[in-house]
Amino acid sequence: MLRFLVRRIILGILVMWLITLAVFALFFIAPNDVARTLAGRQAPPETVALIAHRLGLDQPIWKQYVDFISRLLHGDLGFDYYHQTPVSQIIGAAIPITLSVVIGGAIIWLVMGVFNGVVSAVRPRSFIDRFLTVFSLFFYSMPTFLLGLLLLYFFYFRLTLQGITVFPAGGYVAFADNPEQWFLHMVLPWFTLALVSAATYTRLTRASMLDVLGEDYVRTARSKGISERRVVMRHAFRAAMTPIVTQFGIDVGALVGGVVVTEYVFSLPGLGKTAIDAINQQDLPVIIGIVLFASAAVVIANIIVDLVYAVLDPRVRLH
Amino acid sequence: MSGFLPTPEDVEEPDVTQLHEEEHPGHARIEGRSPWLLAWQRLRRDKVAMFSLAVIVLIVLFAIFAPLATTITGHPVNEQYRTTGLTADGLPRGPSGEFWLGTDDLGRDILVRIAYGARVSLLVGVVATALTVVIGVVVGLAAGFLGGIVDTILARLIDVVLSMPFLLVAIALVSITGPSLLVTVLVIGFFSWASVGRIVRGQVLSLREREFVEAARSLGASNGRIMFVDILPNVLAQVIVYASLLIPVVIVVEATLSFLGLGLAPPTADWGGMISESQNYYTTAWWFIAFPGAALLATTLAFNLLGDGVRDAFDPRSDRLIP
Repeated sequence: MLRFLVRRIILGILVMWLITLAVFALFFIAPNDVARTLAGRQAPPETVALIAHRLGLDQPIWKQYVDFISRLLHGDLGFDYYHQTPVSQIIGAAIPITLSVVIGGAIIWLVMGVFNGVVSAVRPRSFIDRFLTVFSLFFYSMPTFLLGLLLLYFFYFRLTLQGITVFPAGGYVAFADNPEQWFLHMVLPWFTLALVSAATYTRLTRASMLDVLGEDYVRTARSKGISERRVVMRHAFRAAMTPIVTQFGIDVGALVGGVVVTEYVFSLPGLGKTAIDAINQQDLPVIIGIVLFASAAVVIANIIVDLVYAVLDPRVRLH
Repeated sequence: MSGFLPTPEDVEEPDVTQLHEEEHPGHARIEGRSPWLLAWQRLRRDKVAMFSLAVIVLIVLFAIFAPLATTITGHPVNEQYRTTGLTADGLPRGPSGEFWLGTDDLGRDILVRIAYGARVSLLVGVVATALTVVIGVVVGLAAGFLGGIVDTILARLIDVVLSMPFLLVAIALVSITGPSLLVTVLVIGFFSWASVGRIVRGQVLSLREREFVEAARSLGASNGRIMFVDILPNVLAQVIVYASLLIPVVIVVEATLSFLGLGLAPPTADWGGMISESQNYYTTAWWFIAFPGAALLATTLAFNLLGDGVRDAFDPRSDRLIP
């Protein structure tokens, strides 16, 4: 088990190193005029050159990469040109917001998806199964930004017109400042995220449950006279959860850098919104920092998922 | 397709005359009932999938004949009707006899713009999916079949691409290169192939141990021939299922890029862009978001329902599992 863990972590570090190479290549080889932008339109070439020199942009590419990596190894993600703040500080401020969105949304979609999946699997091809399939495919097909705008329209605009102001138009209130306002600001983003994602879980749960319900040991359980509810919940459900746990880990990791649209629509200054703002300003250190951070989240989530899998299924450890 | 049990009406009497008509390969194929044909026959019985296919055909026709929308309404796609198309306050006008689906914030005809926007969505959806699948299949075949150092490198490459936050990197790249149709297609293709690559690689790893591959090799077939002639057809069904479910995802990604202002440069009509423009008007002009939104949703939903049907048609388990 320990050897598996060590090998998995080494592999993760290798992938992370390759990602720094890819990110560096993508953003530093692509043409961009950070020094030019910072110096301003009217600045003489000498000023631009001076700024480029101060940022190390006049160094050879390989030297820039070595500097970049050595700073990274010291936990230094770079310095934001525009706001005169370390990138790590900017990311640190955005993390609680992104986590608020992702964790809340994840709980809702997990409960919704798994519940619908089990209901569908218990009565396959029934009316309720078909209804839930269409329901989840409908939201799965819905682009996140469209769903977000629709929720805003109905639950902010229409409700407010009726004189019922429950949900705000967007923005973020820290949990520590006002838990109630934090919750109200989060409800619409949570459901935006959850409704789009739940379909995957409904389908996965349904397929997994149907697989397990066809197993011999379930038939044995039934023939022993155990109630159907107990067979479904105790015998089948537990075994069917493995693929869902895997998918859940991967999705949550991916969403750290993937709630861009939800944050954008609801003006939540999380990682995604911060990244978009940085992109619009061509603020490279912030973009690179967030891309690396989000990639690390995926890599770490994958390691955790593999570990959980190895604990659940000893055969995995051999490969 | 082992789990598939043909229903009585499908089992046709063997027609001996067909056996002598080998100069008509079409007939011989019908008698042979390849897995492809079986899948198609199953798909054809799937009412939801067939309805979705009809919707998709309609949308495709709508896109192809977009100029006809201009002819019928008399409104060019980028023409701004500042007097007839906007209210006295300069706001969009609702649906009327003149503008069937209303106008946008610049007084342009929304119906005509939806028709032209369909071209962008469908084109990007199909071309980017094709690019994704081609790269993924080639990488997956090479990694799985050649093995060794090639596999090690390609498998790590797949890991790297799958670990990067796709949307963020895509947005950042588009903002550096400047938005265009080509950039959108390339960015989507280069960041989506990894899942296809992983699926194909997994399949090929087990297929290459099979007897027919050994047989081909002992007949002196080259690696390239074994990969593309012997192995590829065996993974194609799964690739097609994946591709049919990828098209709607790609259409959403394209619309999302446009929505974030990184799609095609204005004034090109584009569904995501239209929805983005409608954001400031949704309180006063519901039609501005409703119709482009409905067009986008109808398209992705139709593709998803069809893709679902395609998967069921190819997957023999769908017959085994459901009593």
